[in-house]
Amino acid sequence: MSALLELRGLSKRFGGLAVTQDVSLSLALGEVHALIGPNGAGKTTLIHQVSGTLAPDAGQVVFLGEDVTALGLAARARRGLARSFQITCLLPGFSALENVALAVQARSGSSFRFFRPARGEAALNARAMAALDEMGLAARAGVPASALSHGEKRQLELAIALAMEPRVLLLDEPLAGTGAEEAERLIALLRGLKQRFGILLIEHDMPAVFALADRISVLAQGKVIASGTPDAIRADAQVRAAYLGDDE
Amino acid sequence: MRWRDASLPLLVFAALAIAPFIGFGQGHALTLLARAMIFGMAAMSLSLLVGGAGLVSLGHAAMLGVGAYAVVVLDHAGVTEALVVLPVAVLAAALFALLTGAVAIRTSGVHFIMITLAFGQMAFFTTSSLAIYGGDDGYTLFSRMEVAGSRFLEGRLAFHFTCLALLAGTWLLVQALLDSRFGRVLRAAQQNEVRAQAVGFAPYRYRLVAYVIAGAIGGMAGVLLSQAAEFVAPAYLTWQRSGDLLFMVILGGLAGPHGALVGALAIVLIEEWLAELTEHWRMIFGPMLILCVFFLRGGLVGLLRR
Repeated sequence: MSALLELRGLSKRFGGLAVTQDVSLSLALGEVHALIGPNGAGKTTLIHQVSGTLAPDAGQVVFLGEDVTALGLAARARRGLARSFQITCLLPGFSALENVALAVQARSGSSFRFFRPARGEAALNARAMAALDEMGLAARAGVPASALSHGEKRQLELAIALAMEPRVLLLDEPLAGTGAEEAERLIALLRGLKQRFGILLIEHDMPAVFALADRISVLAQGKVIASGTPDAIRADAQVRAAYLGDDE
Repeated sequence: MRWRDASLPLLVFAALAIAPFIGFGQGHALTLLARAMIFGMAAMSLSLLVGGAGLVSLGHAAMLGVGAYAVVVLDHAGVTEALVVLPVAVLAAALFALLTGAVAIRTSGVHFIMITLAFGQMAFFTTSSLAIYGGDDGYTLFSRMEVAGSRFLEGRLAFHFTCLALLAGTWLLVQALLDSRFGRVLRAAQQNEVRAQAVGFAPYRYRLVAYVIAGAIGGMAGVLLSQAAEFVAPAYLTWQRSGDLLFMVILGGLAGPHGALVGALAIVLIEEWLAELTEHWRMIFGPMLILCVFFLRGGLVGLLRR
């Protein structure tokens, strides 16, 4: 299977600090590729380079066969590269529904339409509602995003990402700050969704990672020190020393 | 559009419509009301930028100035037909907004304020140096424009209702823009630019279009201002004027164009009222504005809603 997303030799320095060093990895349709590593390993910096918020110093990001390294966040999003944020990134004054409807709007026709009230567009609202429903948020559609609970905000982030009909989903700690029960529900949901696209996942919750991932890459000091199936990673001595060992 | 947002402007328009018949029909009162309505249009166009797009422009008076000076240039050339002058003036202001906005919108925050101020000052000094159009002294128009050959705008009531119609039209337009798909992208990018980008919207083009539309409406207000006074001077383009407009928007409230509408009417009328009371009216006006900023977070319309 050809890769949806391919990183080729990405490198990024902040001053004297090499936060990403020659990282190459790929992601296929229906695959969950998890990135793990200790704090400060450069996981979020890497996601920023993949999503287009940060430009790498060297290397390429190839998405659906196209070199998108020079494109920004918005242009990559339009091509089907959706991301969620580690720190909740929503439109606080918009209702949950309108947060999602904006994402639907981005995928359906021009937004240079000046007179018809967007809030009344049934087609946008229906698809936004479907995405909310998928995340179990349908009952909260009319609530301003600022008034949602932390867990609901996480769900709303995912609903927005789903509504973008992405080919690749970049999830930066989607479970951060959610309760055990909520986390379990989200994991089940993600497992159900992954056939539709590829998921590049950053997560600290190791049971969740091992439950979801088809492939795991371990990042330490900006370098990929191991990459393989969950079983292989669990058995890798270097990984245990660098990271997993800390937990045990 | 929510009904409670619409009820206030409709009330204001109704009051303005009956004002000439309930004791405000003399020349001075009508001149004052026309001025209030014209600044209402300008403030609403600015509110599209400040409240809708998060672009705090300190150069909006330049848009009015370009509109007004388009009238002067055409008048000097002997063209005084509104059906020609108005479109040309509006297009000139839109073009000015496009050229300056294309640069200014690449910046944000304080830098955007400074760069719009700089463009505004450039326009101000340009008009001051146009000796052929009176320079600092300004340019006196011999009469108001004709509309399709008729001298209809010379009528006091006709001018009053022309301003009122354009005021209502401006409100409808700005409100519709904010409620549209376009406005949704603008508002989203104002609340959280990264979020707007992450779903695929690069805000620049949307902001630029908003800037051009606001400039065009500002140009229209400038044309009306020139007609109300039958006189145009560089004073129309001072940065203090831009500051006044910004104050109208903020005092009225940023929740929508109705805030700017109320803010503009309030400031023009209170200014006039205080000036009648005392020569030192600014001593009262200044502290009043400060108190408003302190205690009215949602602006005047926020006060009415409570």
